[in-house]
Amino acid sequence: MMLIDRSRLPVPGPATLYHFPAIEKSTLSSGLRVWTVRHPSIPVVTLMLLVRRGAADDPVDKEGLAAITVDMLDEGSGDRSAIQIHEELSRLGAQLDSDIGADAAVLTITALSRFTGPALKMLADIAARPALREADFERVRQLRLHRLTQLRDMPGAVADRAFVRLLYGSHPYGHTPLGSERSLTALTIDDVQAFHCAIMRPADATLVVAGDCLHADSVAFAEDAFGGWTGAPAGSLPLAGALPSNARLNIIPRPGAPQSELRIGHVAAARSTPDYHALIAANMVLGGQFVSRINLNLREEKGLTYGARTSFDFRRMAGPFALQVSVQTAGTAQAIHESLDEISAIRGPRPVSSDELALGIAALTRGYARNFETAEQVARAVTQIALYDLPDDYFAQFVPRLERVTTDDITRVSAEHLDPARLITLVVGDYDTIAQDLSRLDLGQPSVLSADAF
Amino acid sequence: MNIEFSKHTLANGLNVLLHEDRSCPIVAVNLWYHVGSKNETPGHTGFAHLFEHLMFEGSEHHDKGFFQPLQGAGASLNGSTNADRTNYWEVVPSNALELALWMESDRMGYLLPALTDAKFKNQRDVVLNERRQNYENRPYGLAPMAMLAALFPPDHPYHWTTIGEIDDLHAATIDEVREFFRTYYHPANASLAIAGDIDPNETLDLVGGYFGGIAGGPAVAPVQPADVLLEGERRLLLADRVELPRLYVAWITPAMFDADDAELDLAADVLANGKTSRLYKRLVYDERIATDVSASQNSREAGGFFQVAATAAPGHSLAEIARAIDEEIARVATDGPTADEIERGRVQVEAQFMFRLQSVGGFGGKSDQLNAYNVLVGDPDFFGRDLDRYQRVTVGSMQSAVGKHLANSRRVMLSLVPRDRVSLAIPDSSPARVS
Repeated sequence: MMLIDRSRLPVPGPATLYHFPAIEKSTLSSGLRVWTVRHPSIPVVTLMLLVRRGAADDPVDKEGLAAITVDMLDEGSGDRSAIQIHEELSRLGAQLDSDIGADAAVLTITALSRFTGPALKMLADIAARPALREADFERVRQLRLHRLTQLRDMPGAVADRAFVRLLYGSHPYGHTPLGSERSLTALTIDDVQAFHCAIMRPADATLVVAGDCLHADSVAFAEDAFGGWTGAPAGSLPLAGALPSNARLNIIPRPGAPQSELRIGHVAAARSTPDYHALIAANMVLGGQFVSRINLNLREEKGLTYGARTSFDFRRMAGPFALQVSVQTAGTAQAIHESLDEISAIRGPRPVSSDELALGIAALTRGYARNFETAEQVARAVTQIALYDLPDDYFAQFVPRLERVTTDDITRVSAEHLDPARLITLVVGDYDTIAQDLSRLDLGQPSVLSADAF
Repeated sequence: MNIEFSKHTLANGLNVLLHEDRSCPIVAVNLWYHVGSKNETPGHTGFAHLFEHLMFEGSEHHDKGFFQPLQGAGASLNGSTNADRTNYWEVVPSNALELALWMESDRMGYLLPALTDAKFKNQRDVVLNERRQNYENRPYGLAPMAMLAALFPPDHPYHWTTIGEIDDLHAATIDEVREFFRTYYHPANASLAIAGDIDPNETLDLVGGYFGGIAGGPAVAPVQPADVLLEGERRLLLADRVELPRLYVAWITPAMFDADDAELDLAADVLANGKTSRLYKRLVYDERIATDVSASQNSREAGGFFQVAATAAPGHSLAEIARAIDEEIARVATDGPTADEIERGRVQVEAQFMFRLQSVGGFGGKSDQLNAYNVLVGDPDFFGRDLDRYQRVTVGSMQSAVGKHLANSRRVMLSLVPRDRVSLAIPDSSPARVS
């Protein structure tokens, strides 16, 4: 039997190099880009249609239009009803998901690869040729209104909705995709049809196919499925509005709540920032993983929460930096104080040590291959390239670029992209119980808001 | 369709399952301990899960956080506790397999010397916050507690939820932690699956080296509760901070892998999962009296329950919804599903099984699957036979399973209603007990 040394941890040997599989690219006569990656280990295929239009393109006073339009896509095509569409999908063992974010809409079908052709046909019917009938629209809108009603009881959802508004105001990023009761009620099926025409066009779309399927076959299937799809040329980014100035501390009372839902952040950087790699490394140290400063402080030292995390949400325009945490009511002020202190400290007072940085970078780079295991993971990675105009060697360059980040870089980008004076804090919690503690935080007069205002 | 593997049993009783898959340079390490909340007793609920937290707080030879060295090597990792088992997993780049084995074996063999009262109290606070976040401060979050307590009698091991009762968590002691570890956390009560970019022979040597020296503990007797027979229909009421009332209806059903389990699993899809299901079509699509509906056959090692839940649209009562659920279940029990529903179910099950084969690790990946079959059926080579259970479901077998198990006369109905609109509950409901 081999000898085991428990006096120290084994040091991992040299890493096995991972080569991201090549992306093969074609463009159909309609302008639709077809990008494929061979990933043949299991007879499964993932199809993703990315359209670079999202909730940020909602017209003023029509917040929620992009999301409800995407929601309407599988409600029927031609003379087929929603039920019939879904029966056909289930005969293919296919799983359909739709995703709407600020910058993009993504439709995903994962299916057994023997059904690639028919699955692509379904995807095209749903995306390019939806029925968009009024009766279906009324039902879908009603369900979304009910959803909004239910979200009033979910402290995390209340916080998310209010926080983007506090950060962005009337800027295109200042609302969640769902919209509001007022805006949804005012929408019509004509709005949906017009918006569908405006955003769903081949010039703005990329079809990604990952899995057990050859490029030439995918292109042929796509040419057949998406044949006749036309539309205007690609549009430009929505115009960024001015950012609001709000109180530093904002409260939405939730009487009797056992925990406070906290958000702390401000508008930070866009996906195109040259500081991207340094910022994700900085975030790993600050709040991006279990062993980050903020999680260890609030959870493992103080036991105030089940978990805390921070993130930079990089988008086509400057996206938010945010800390999210649910803390026990009595520890609310303490958690805010500690969080603000950690965010300030990483900018210089307590700079990132070389060990901390090495750990953060290693956590991102050494397990990088884990991100490319399933067909869906591979397809999602490729859509990032299409969405943000990244170079084809982006994945190959990811690890070397991160490994070049230094502790000085972390201090510099933290100081540049995190500004304690601009941080907005939002608390959804039992205000009566915590008001006195909060008043000692030195964050100025708190602004007490109603959840109904968002 | 199958997963190629080899099974080995070390002298101390540890089961070792090895599966080679070289398609990605990563390895999944997945360790099951055959202990869950069903091994707890009344007054001591929530303990198995609280213990799981302590497994991440350091062991004798690495008396620091469990996450740091593994995340530094590029691993993702987690653990979870349910009624029947506790699992721990890491997915590491292939060069860090030995590190993962070092860490897992150290906490299996040498946890107690590093245990302190400070760690214990800190993690109890974390668990109390987990409970607040996922149950108390979440709409409908208390429903699972009310349903389990009503379905299973007080001394039945499925009577309580895995998160446990607040008073029990406060009463837990560090001595109980030590006792629990000695009883359940040893090689003879564990199963280790390693899947991915490995050489099976070298890996078996490594496993022997790291785990072979840990003493096997006492055999754990299986938990075998008496059969549960619900008498009559119990109507319960719970008022909470919600906007829309929701109805839960549940029946006692067979255990995992027992006769009728697959039938009821597929019946849940026919009845209430997805836009093609009967209750979605009726309640949400056609009549629009509900905003959502779902169903599941929750089968566990020592018993199961089938549950349907639906949220009433504003202006509609839970009684209307209950009537529709009754009628649709009766229709399946009388006429069976259609041949098309069975055929679609078959393809979907094949696809779902295949989708799971794409990952070596994590919850539900191949390593977790091998351990599930090994621990719960005693045979890791069960993948194909598990799929067969579903492929053999017929119109007639689903019809008879639904008729046999989902009777109106033996079930629990919970009305979860807004605090200020208790009258929306099903008539004659009495208050449910939640702690």
